[in-house]
Amino acid sequence: MSLRDTLRNSWQGINANLLRSALTVLGVLIGVSAVIILLAVGTGSSNAVASRISALGTNTITVLSTGRFGRGPSTAGATQSQTAHLTTRSVQAIEDPTQAPDVASVSPVVTASETATYSSASYSTSITGTTPNYLSAEDYTLAAGSPITQADVTNRKRVVLIGQTVLSNLFTSGENPLGQTIQLGSASFEIIGVLAEKGSSGITNQDSIVIAPYTAVQDELTGYSPFSELLVQAKSTASLNNAATEVEDILASEANTTVTALPFSVINEGTLLTTAQSTSSTFTTLLGAVAAISLLVGGIGVMNIMLVTVTERTREIGIRKAVGAPKSAILTQFLTEAVLLSLIGGGGGVIVGLIGSRFKIDGVTPVIAGYSIPLAFGIAIAVGIFFGLYPANRAASLRPIDALRYE
Amino acid sequence: MSIDVSQIGTAGSRPVIVLRRIVKAYQMGNIEVTALRGVSLTIERGDFVAIMGASGSGKSTMMNILGCLDIPSKGQFFLDGIDVRTLDEAALSHIRNRKIGFVFQSFNLIPRTTARMNVELPLLYASMTARERRARAEAALEMVGLADRSGHFPNELSGGQQQRVALARAIVTDPALVLADEPTGNLDTTTSREMMLMFSELNRTGRTIILITHEDEIAAYAKRVVRLRDGLIIDDRRLSAVDAAPPVVAAHDETRVFSAGGMSA
Repeated sequence: MSLRDTLRNSWQGINANLLRSALTVLGVLIGVSAVIILLAVGTGSSNAVASRISALGTNTITVLSTGRFGRGPSTAGATQSQTAHLTTRSVQAIEDPTQAPDVASVSPVVTASETATYSSASYSTSITGTTPNYLSAEDYTLAAGSPITQADVTNRKRVVLIGQTVLSNLFTSGENPLGQTIQLGSASFEIIGVLAEKGSSGITNQDSIVIAPYTAVQDELTGYSPFSELLVQAKSTASLNNAATEVEDILASEANTTVTALPFSVINEGTLLTTAQSTSSTFTTLLGAVAAISLLVGGIGVMNIMLVTVTERTREIGIRKAVGAPKSAILTQFLTEAVLLSLIGGGGGVIVGLIGSRFKIDGVTPVIAGYSIPLAFGIAIAVGIFFGLYPANRAASLRPIDALRYE
Repeated sequence: MSIDVSQIGTAGSRPVIVLRRIVKAYQMGNIEVTALRGVSLTIERGDFVAIMGASGSGKSTMMNILGCLDIPSKGQFFLDGIDVRTLDEAALSHIRNRKIGFVFQSFNLIPRTTARMNVELPLLYASMTARERRARAEAALEMVGLADRSGHFPNELSGGQQQRVALARAIVTDPALVLADEPTGNLDTTTSREMMLMFSELNRTGRTIILITHEDEIAAYAKRVVRLRDGLIIDDRRLSAVDAAPPVVAAHDETRVFSAGGMSA
């Protein structure tokens, strides 16, 4: 029996009950388009995360002073964690180009949480006391006013830069904040600049911030405690790992201990990027798995309809066998029918998937993964063969006398 | 379809059917039912045989075995010289396709498929070009007088017409044997007569026909009547010679009257 005759036979079978065939095709179609769209959403959001992280600046290293996050002082013991602090001496040592050739700048950070008030408005915010380098290291730019200078730090001037969220909460009537004085707790600070909007990075609102010279913050708010954090900027993304090693070595020799025993957490932005990417790839896999399940359900639909078809056409199978159709011809006919159903579903699914991926879904622009189209289409055909084989085999194995007698 | 008349004369050279002590037993649940208990029968080429018997006599089992739809439990069966018991399923399909044409009581046409495509069906499983299939199917439909109905669907045809399409399908492969299982069972008297005349005409042009029936009027069209009871042949009567014209056609030629009286011709 030629391929053309087989195809025509199978097409007649599909055509015999068009609505039923169309619904079966729809099942496969939804499965295939779901695979393509969801993988595109996964890839799109993964790309979005990666670009957002690289916008954060991928050449910074954060040194956290306590064991609050991650690695604590447990291995070194209590005495060591008391002697090891992030101090001005640590900052100077890391700034030394002979000891740390890959480090571009170091910004010490002290943090406090206070309620900022201006006339009758008040807003609870976090205050970052730091040095001028911090702005460039964290990619902050000014919308208005002037930045903090080294002189401000040295002279312990009570000046602040405020973020957009702080601005909108304190200056509700839209007056010019520059030169105005706000209260941070009990201390008065003069606003010398307003930061440009930066948006949120995952969970933290980067615009809800007040930046001041660390000396002033220590004077007024935190007292003379060690720095809570050092923000180290490497010379380039490529030298990030070298810079991290240098920082660790310096801090370890200062504290007279080994790198592994350091009571600091050294967070490399590069590893953060890798982590975020592996997280989003897990997310993509998860979406793909969900879509694959719907494809599987579509396949079961094909099998279901093929079983019904075989039962309905038992007599026809009997006639065909009586006039000399070999087992293989019957098997081929029904298998072709199943594969044809999934093929039409697969083709339609690719088209729907391509169209569906053009729309923004929940703020994510889907990016069609090149592999997803042949993958989804291939799986659809495999599903047709797999789920068609059992009904087709059942049809082929019918005994002609039983099939002819079937009512 | 042209028939080589010279072959009719040499018909006796090789029997189409040789059954030797055929036994067929079925397992029905826990009990074994023996449908045929040792049937021996030889059918010559060009013969027109009616197999008769009440239901349960084993005639349907016999039909299934003759049609290679079922395999005997014991005994030998030669179809056109081939020992059927030695064949596997694929070979049996091939035999059914090339050597046998079936006509069923309930017509058994494939629905939603035109008369011509129904007739072409056996040719689909014999490697043949589409053009050749079409030509042969049209010739077969012409023979049964339905050339103008080739594009009709079974539900657009009368019972008699459907059975004629089935007959065209049975002869389209030019088989050694046409097997008809109560072909007039679903037809009225007039169409039954038409149908039987058609079988007679086919037989006159050299085809071997085995027909299963329980009606004496139908059996009267045959040249030989075999009666079965309880799985055994109880009567085997020849009405006219193998190479003679079939009874009704002979009668028709002489008297132009169709009746059971033709038997005496």
